[in-house]
Amino acid sequence: MSSIAHIGAATLAMLAAIGRIAIFAGQTASHLIRPPFYFKEFAQQLLQIGYFSLPVVGLTTIFTGGALALQIYAGGARFNAEAVVPQIVAIGMVRELGPVLVGLMIAARVTSSIAAEIATMKVTEQLDALVTLSTHPMKYLTVPRVLAALIVVPLLTGIGDIIGILGGFLVATKTLGFNEAAYLQNTADFLQTSDILSSLAKGAVFGTIAALMGCYYGMNSGRGAQGVGAATKASVQAAAILILAANFILTGVFFSA
Amino acid sequence: MIRLTDVKKSFGPNHVLRGINLHVPKGESMVVIGGSGTGKSILIKSVLGLVTPDAGTIEVDGKDATKGDRDAFLARFGMLFQGGALFDSLPVWQNVSFRLMRGALKRPKEEAREIAIEKLRRVGLKPDVADRLPAELSGGMQKRVGLARAIAAEPEIIFFDEPTTGLDPIMSGVINDLIREIVTEMGATTMTITHDMSSVRTIADKVAMLQDGVIQWTGPVGEMDSAGDPYLNQFVTGSAEGPIEAVR
Repeated sequence: MSSIAHIGAATLAMLAAIGRIAIFAGQTASHLIRPPFYFKEFAQQLLQIGYFSLPVVGLTTIFTGGALALQIYAGGARFNAEAVVPQIVAIGMVRELGPVLVGLMIAARVTSSIAAEIATMKVTEQLDALVTLSTHPMKYLTVPRVLAALIVVPLLTGIGDIIGILGGFLVATKTLGFNEAAYLQNTADFLQTSDILSSLAKGAVFGTIAALMGCYYGMNSGRGAQGVGAATKASVQAAAILILAANFILTGVFFSA
Repeated sequence: MIRLTDVKKSFGPNHVLRGINLHVPKGESMVVIGGSGTGKSILIKSVLGLVTPDAGTIEVDGKDATKGDRDAFLARFGMLFQGGALFDSLPVWQNVSFRLMRGALKRPKEEAREIAIEKLRRVGLKPDVADRLPAELSGGMQKRVGLARAIAAEPEIIFFDEPTTGLDPIMSGVINDLIREIVTEMGATTMTITHDMSSVRTIADKVAMLQDGVIQWTGPVGEMDSAGDPYLNQFVTGSAEGPIEAVR
């Protein structure tokens, strides 16, 4: 009976958390369309989330693209299918690995940073100070971050896709003996517009999730350094899990037909 | 000007405010004293709407503080937070003129900067501080910047939350004198919460003592030492013996 009670309590707690996050997302959407808008803060977040994430996105995807080419070549050799490396690298990077890796890197780099920053602001009464200065924290902190992530993470995903394919291209042409022109031609021929659009759409969803989780856990953090640490950890965990769950759902929506 | 009637606030089983009744007339400097954890900060945060009371009414100029235009209501207030609560990412002058750079009180950038520098000068800071980040300042300087921010828009009502906490006695004296001067010259209505008796004697016109969730005693600062209230007497003298438990 006791263990059933624990399961019930855990389920209720999880449902309550989902409800709170859903309400937070709804409030963010509501503030997104109502003035005042803080353009300077939005521009700063474009830079923070987009431009400064380029190195980590580039390095992650180029190594993954290269490793993917090696794996496909080695695996394909078992049934004489080594030639499909360009096609599988392209489809693997654009449909799955590009958006998911970018999403997870953004969760690691941006979600944690947002959560720690806002949680520290809460602990040091800066959120209260914002309110007393007639500035709504949701409008000043959450909206610029979520909107910036919604816009720049798809762009980062597109760039990540290209760099990942480049990683595969370099490995295939420099170490596996593929012809450069033929590799590029095969890649271009195989990819469809819907692949690219699905990748960008996933990027938009993952970016929104990453920024929302950072803001939600930051604004709801506990007291002191321990509260900031717990909020940061929880935000990254939640963002990563939600990104992977959303990826599964979106993949089903885009490619199940 | 500010009237609290039977204000109650609990956090779970912890009944912090058990029925606060307090009146702060216009232009008066009210200092609320009380031990740590007695709910002084919750009291002023309730007035500002940062904390929602469970019961009771809070009126400012006879109007319910929870109703009406929130921005217009908050525009009447300035607040000095205990730790300064300066925005780390903004230089000092933008912290001071934060309210003057957005919303209904928005001014051109240059004008907002000039006002910020003037307010910094008023609290004894040189103009070169304006472009520094809060993290580059000492605790005392951060308090002064917080004070400059609280008065930047020349509010009618100013709240000071533990204005001298963490400062050495000399800097505490400087901040106390500054607050007294500014309050007198601006004619603002103020509420200060503190457990620093030197602040009380410098800043207060009237004193209210918060104990066990209610106002235990209130009266002019000049009557504080002779009031005969055992709680107040113990607090003022800092004695370990008395009705207030030393272990809480």
